[in-house]
Amino acid sequence: MTYSLAELMVCAASRVFDNDGEVLATGIGLLPRLAASLAMRTTNPDMMMTDSQSFMLSAPNPVSGMTSHMGQANENWMGFARIFDNVWSGHRHALVGPSQIDRYGQTNISALGGSHQSPKVQLLGVRGFPGNSISHANSFFVPSHSKRVFVEAECDVVCSIGYNPARLPKGYTFDDIDIRRVITNLCVMDFGGPDRQARVLSLHPGVSLEEVRDNTGFDLAVAVDLAETAAPTAEQLAILAELDPKDLRARQLKDNPPGVRPTQQETSV
Amino acid sequence: MDKRVSATEAITHIKSGMTVGIGGWGPRRKPMALVRELLRSDVKDLTVVAYGGADVGLLCAAGKVRKVVFAFVSLDFMPLEPAFRLARQNGAIEVMEIDEGMMLLGLRAAAWGCPYIPTRVGLGTDVIRNNPDIKVIDSPYDDREWVAMPALNLDVSLIHATRADQRGVCEIASPDHYMDDLFARAAKHTIVSVDEIVDSKHFSDRDVARRVYWERCETQAVVHVPGGAHPSSSDPLYGFDVGHFKRYGECIAEGGYDAYADQYLGEDEASYQSAVGGLTTIQTLPIPAY
Repeated sequence: MTYSLAELMVCAASRVFDNDGEVLATGIGLLPRLAASLAMRTTNPDMMMTDSQSFMLSAPNPVSGMTSHMGQANENWMGFARIFDNVWSGHRHALVGPSQIDRYGQTNISALGGSHQSPKVQLLGVRGFPGNSISHANSFFVPSHSKRVFVEAECDVVCSIGYNPARLPKGYTFDDIDIRRVITNLCVMDFGGPDRQARVLSLHPGVSLEEVRDNTGFDLAVAVDLAETAAPTAEQLAILAELDPKDLRARQLKDNPPGVRPTQQETSV
Repeated sequence: MDKRVSATEAITHIKSGMTVGIGGWGPRRKPMALVRELLRSDVKDLTVVAYGGADVGLLCAAGKVRKVVFAFVSLDFMPLEPAFRLARQNGAIEVMEIDEGMMLLGLRAAAWGCPYIPTRVGLGTDVIRNNPDIKVIDSPYDDREWVAMPALNLDVSLIHATRADQRGVCEIASPDHYMDDLFARAAKHTIVSVDEIVDSKHFSDRDVARRVYWERCETQAVVHVPGGAHPSSSDPLYGFDVGHFKRYGECIAEGGYDAYADQYLGEDEASYQSAVGGLTTIQTLPIPAY
């Protein structure tokens, strides 16, 4: 059975919601949203999800081919003001794609370089990252594992709190911060190393630990039971095809690489 | 009581140096006709508070803005609002960059007459380091520190609603009213543009009355502008104009604000609407689905 790298990543990312129970899963971006939707259809049917607008759904909408929100499986109204009631209650797990992630698990989506008054590159702004990071579980989805994302220094703008002792608020411990997993195009990681160090849990088929280290700006721990990332099952792939009938998942990663690397490509990297 | 006024008349209330809140969210239900009237005015040095889209981008590009209070400025399908991005990268504006929820709390504090509302949000991030005016305080009830999100007191709010009666009872028929109720309550003076003016009897239907999110005493002026949210959406009446937003992005990239204003802004809303294809074209823009 063949599958794409995007599908491998989505299936691996769907597993971050396995033990969440009744939490609102929010995947920002097409592949993260697909991962959350897949989880609701497979490993966590109790999960909650919105239509990315103003209603909670009892079954996820497809991520492609929708022409109208009429007829979707509405469960309750969930306007943006009410989202914060949920966020601050902690009953949420977001899967997001930061532009930068540092050794502490702090992330940046706001701006790059320059100064706060005049950044070299303005990105999105902090959006909801500060509140998400101190209120509920967060996982990260990184389509391009590189030192540009996994930066050597601290993030240019620290938008989300991480496991940085220098920034830990008074009265808080690291147990108050809940960074779950990081799914990249090379591997799956968590922050379960010594002193919450980033740790490699599994490598995608054909990827070496060395390649992961070469593309990360900080030291990584390695799980004692380091594994190969599980291949998608036929059931998962069938559900992905249902959730994404227009196959937009094939257009998210450059050149839509296969999930298992051809050998010659592996040696040329 | 009749609060109906023209856009020009309504905007005379806004003076240079004021703090102006703008309702809506990104490319959705923005009071763009009122923003365009501001663009045509001599007003400057504004502090703008918004879940921003082209409203914030245009006001920055036109040199109307001293400071922006924001969590994002985005057109969604274009994640980075082009004019705002340029203004930031040129260091042209002061900013107070805060979390989306902190903005909600700041507006609520203003609405409730509180100097601040305590929150965890912002702790451990650069939101606190970059905004020395946002204080971190001890709690009288626990041993933790808390962010004291200050009230975002507004001189004026600009909001776009679906319909209103002449007394300022405003219905938002879109699936989400966003934080517009808080913008109305946080401001001393609220100006609401609407697609439709209705008789007060319209609100006797209970389902309609439930779509009124603030009381009429919070609304000081009603401006009837069919299509007035364009190029943002006014769901369920019309969607946002993807083509026009792209054209706007091109204008900003190629010739800056003047290139856009020369081609589209016009001397009044009628000339704007004719430059973008006419009111019927606006009113038939499809509602996007995600």
